[in-house]
Amino acid sequence: MDCREAVERLSAFVDDELDPVTSGEVTRHVESCASCAAQLEDHRQLGESLRQLDYHRAPDLLRARLLRELGAAERPAARPARRPAPAWRWLSAAAALVAVAGGTWVIAMLPRGGEEVAAREVVSSHIRSLMAEHLADVASTDQHTVKPWFSGKLDFSPPVTDFASADFPLTGGRLDYLQGHPVAALVYMHRKHVINVFVWPQAGARETFLPALTERGYHVIHAEHAGMTYWVASDLNAQELTAFARMLAPPGGKP
Amino acid sequence: MTPERTAETAGPPRRLSPEQRQRFDALVLPHLDAAYNLARYLLRDPHEAEEAVQNAFLRAVAYFDGMRGADGRAWLLSIVRNTCYTQVRRRRSGGEKVEFDEEIHSHDVEVPEPEADLVRSLAIASVRKGLDQLAIEFREVLVLRELESLSYKEIAHVTGVPIGTVMSRLARGRKQLLLALGAGVKEGA
Repeated sequence: MDCREAVERLSAFVDDELDPVTSGEVTRHVESCASCAAQLEDHRQLGESLRQLDYHRAPDLLRARLLRELGAAERPAARPARRPAPAWRWLSAAAALVAVAGGTWVIAMLPRGGEEVAAREVVSSHIRSLMAEHLADVASTDQHTVKPWFSGKLDFSPPVTDFASADFPLTGGRLDYLQGHPVAALVYMHRKHVINVFVWPQAGARETFLPALTERGYHVIHAEHAGMTYWVASDLNAQELTAFARMLAPPGGKP
Repeated sequence: MTPERTAETAGPPRRLSPEQRQRFDALVLPHLDAAYNLARYLLRDPHEAEEAVQNAFLRAVAYFDGMRGADGRAWLLSIVRNTCYTQVRRRRSGGEKVEFDEEIHSHDVEVPEPEADLVRSLAIASVRKGLDQLAIEFREVLVLRELESLSYKEIAHVTGVPIGTVMSRLARGRKQLLLALGAGVKEGA
């Protein structure tokens, strides 16, 4: 691959949208070409700068107006799931995952005593936290501020770790209510994506790490680690969300 | 068709059935922020963006029956995008100054010797300004890629152009942006 060909492909290369063969050729070319390597670096820096631009969230008034037009104002903001998920819905989700994952996770995916209901509840809480503009009761990037905030509000102390060094900064926490009890909700960001982590103590928690489920366009990961149960929800892609959840609740139980 | 309808609007907001409403809430409504963000970058004006998002939502309700699949975000963004384009065209025909003209602005520019750390030290403000000055078709692919993390396939879905076009628009958009920011980009890229 010559310089012209390499430069033409740098944009798709930084987006990881080249086929593996071409991608390998670009990699080999920039290893031996300082000029193209510098342009690759320019592309990377440009991407970083662009991702730091303002993400314009919809103004509250616009949101309220749209909800009113939709007739949403009449509906209670939160309501318990009135009936269990229809079986077909779960099965189609399972089928989709099997298609993606090649069947590896079929057994883990099968409904296990309300797992599917829980995932739906988690996604509903996640959506609610985004819609109500009420993401955090305590907005802080400092884990030493967030953790004490929960004491006195919960009868347990949730593990609070900032992962800013891995580009998953902690941005705050709030109280939420899941599966019939108060839980800690920790809010992390990755690029422009909000990640909600719901944590509460689980009697008899096993070391468990379930693969990401897709529920209404969001990814949900359930893990149990060190006596706590974790539910992680975000519109971030499943791969990056899984990497994040592995830092929270390392599979295999190592801290 | 009632007399007050025009070609621009999707008609009066149609009521969704309770089942549709539940689906709409789950699939479409969570992406309101993404809708507004895209409109802000495409129209570069908060009031215009609100108007576009509101019209897009009315269309989304009206056409919700026709939505297939589970990707509410891409579906909504494609409606927002088309609504924005309609608004831009209306603004143009209203006699406002023309958009960035690619024929005039996209010729290769003589670039001074590149400074190694130039891009690195770029203020976000100048990146923002550079992005705002790109033609709308380059701006939209960059916003969808960098701020929404959409794949090329998803961007193709939103913009209604082939994946190859998405790829070349991203490459050209980045090249123009880097040139505008003073980075040393080779010709022929």
